[in-house]
Amino acid sequence: MTPSNVRVALPQHLRTLAHIEGSEVLVEVEGPVTQRSILDALEARYPMLKGTIREHDTLKRRPFLRFFACEEDLSHESPDTPLPDSVAKGSEPFLIIGAIAGG
Amino acid sequence: MSKVRVLAGTKKGAFILTSDGKREHWEVSGPHFAGWEIYHLKGSPVDPDRIYASQTSGWFGQVVQRSNDGGKTWEAVGNKFTYEGVAGTHQWYDGTPHPWEFKRVWHLEPSLTDPDTVYAGIEDAAIFRSTDGGQNWQELPGLRCHGTGPDWQPGAGGMCLHTIILDPSDPNRIFIAISAAGAFRTDDGGETWQPINRGLYSKSIPNPTADVGHCVHHIAMNPSRPGVLFMQKHWDVMRSDNAGDSWQKISGNLPTDFGFAIDIHTHEPETVYVVPIKSDSEHYPLDGKLTVYRSRSGGNEWEPLTKGLPQQNCYVNVLRDAMAVDKLDDCGIYFGTTGGQVYVSPNGGDSWTPIVHDLPAVLSVEVQTLP
Repeated sequence: MTPSNVRVALPQHLRTLAHIEGSEVLVEVEGPVTQRSILDALEARYPMLKGTIREHDTLKRRPFLRFFACEEDLSHESPDTPLPDSVAKGSEPFLIIGAIAGG
Repeated sequence: MSKVRVLAGTKKGAFILTSDGKREHWEVSGPHFAGWEIYHLKGSPVDPDRIYASQTSGWFGQVVQRSNDGGKTWEAVGNKFTYEGVAGTHQWYDGTPHPWEFKRVWHLEPSLTDPDTVYAGIEDAAIFRSTDGGQNWQELPGLRCHGTGPDWQPGAGGMCLHTIILDPSDPNRIFIAISAAGAFRTDDGGETWQPINRGLYSKSIPNPTADVGHCVHHIAMNPSRPGVLFMQKHWDVMRSDNAGDSWQKISGNLPTDFGFAIDIHTHEPETVYVVPIKSDSEHYPLDGKLTVYRSRSGGNEWEPLTKGLPQQNCYVNVLRDAMAVDKLDDCGIYFGTTGGQVYVSPNGGDSWTPIVHDLPAVLSVEVQTLP
């Protein structure tokens, strides 16, 4: 199976932490494209992001972050649910969003 | 000529302030890690260019940063803090059991002898150690599991281990303090710990003289006299002359003995500094006058130091880790405020000057004396 090149959009603070220029990164995902496989690939490429998007041991999404794609909030979907083809094909990004807070 | 480098952690980034030994003209670098809360930065005593920083965020959690060039460049190191064994519970504010959960690193204390060894004081309270420059962290579980842990309760700022003091005369002795559990000491390198709270009196707990449960805000030690400790408790300023085995109240003539910060003159181990705060419900100076108090007699007799400090309409706080002293011949005293000022006194407290006026709220101040 050919790996998928998935576009991932990160919040500014995480781009700074990972020394990423631009608003998106392209990660190569082997096998089915799911939240878990995208985040596994992202953390493998940028180890400093481990623990900042999902908890270290449980791999639960951090409470103030959301996962969007194709104008849908996928935050409460199973991490192993396949994402839409448009994300797997790179025509739509997988968005990691920091919840709006602070007044 | 010697130089000083002040490391200021703030609510929105880290700032590095440098000056020559006169401490009159300052260069300001930052914000580093802009937008993140920087609870603490501290340099290695044996390699001052090795600096560790605790970077946290409600969104993204904990990051630990390390610099090998005095803060010019940084690399993120390990941020995994996993309690040993079954974490268990401590008491919540209402007295119910609450699971132990890692929240953030409050304090980083580099080893006195090895730049790759560093201790971390965390919330919920525990002490961790890294021996590989911060890449991997292991808990010293003897503290949390020594028996009283299930009785510990958080202070208003969380159940934080905020003070770590390494004894320069005994590598196996470490002092720590937790809000609101109290002070603890190990004499075997962190394997076993004992509460050292005899003599503390806290009206806000059911047994005011209990072994644990005291809201210790900060402890200071002068390295030339490692058996003498000075403590700013929630209320009360205290001292111990026997490494914490017992404490005596030394509040004396202070106008209020509530406060957070406390430190000791580098060359005069009986000269102590505190910043009295009005009360636990009004976290600002009395009468809007920012005043440092100095005792030259190890406590009880205190003199107000106001020259250069605002004496009207000042309602800032000075947090527990936001005071430091340098090692120059004329000892410099530093403190930061929640109003974003960092003050320096290059003459042991006689007069004060703001190094910076308008930083984000200052959470911590450390100073390095460089050749």
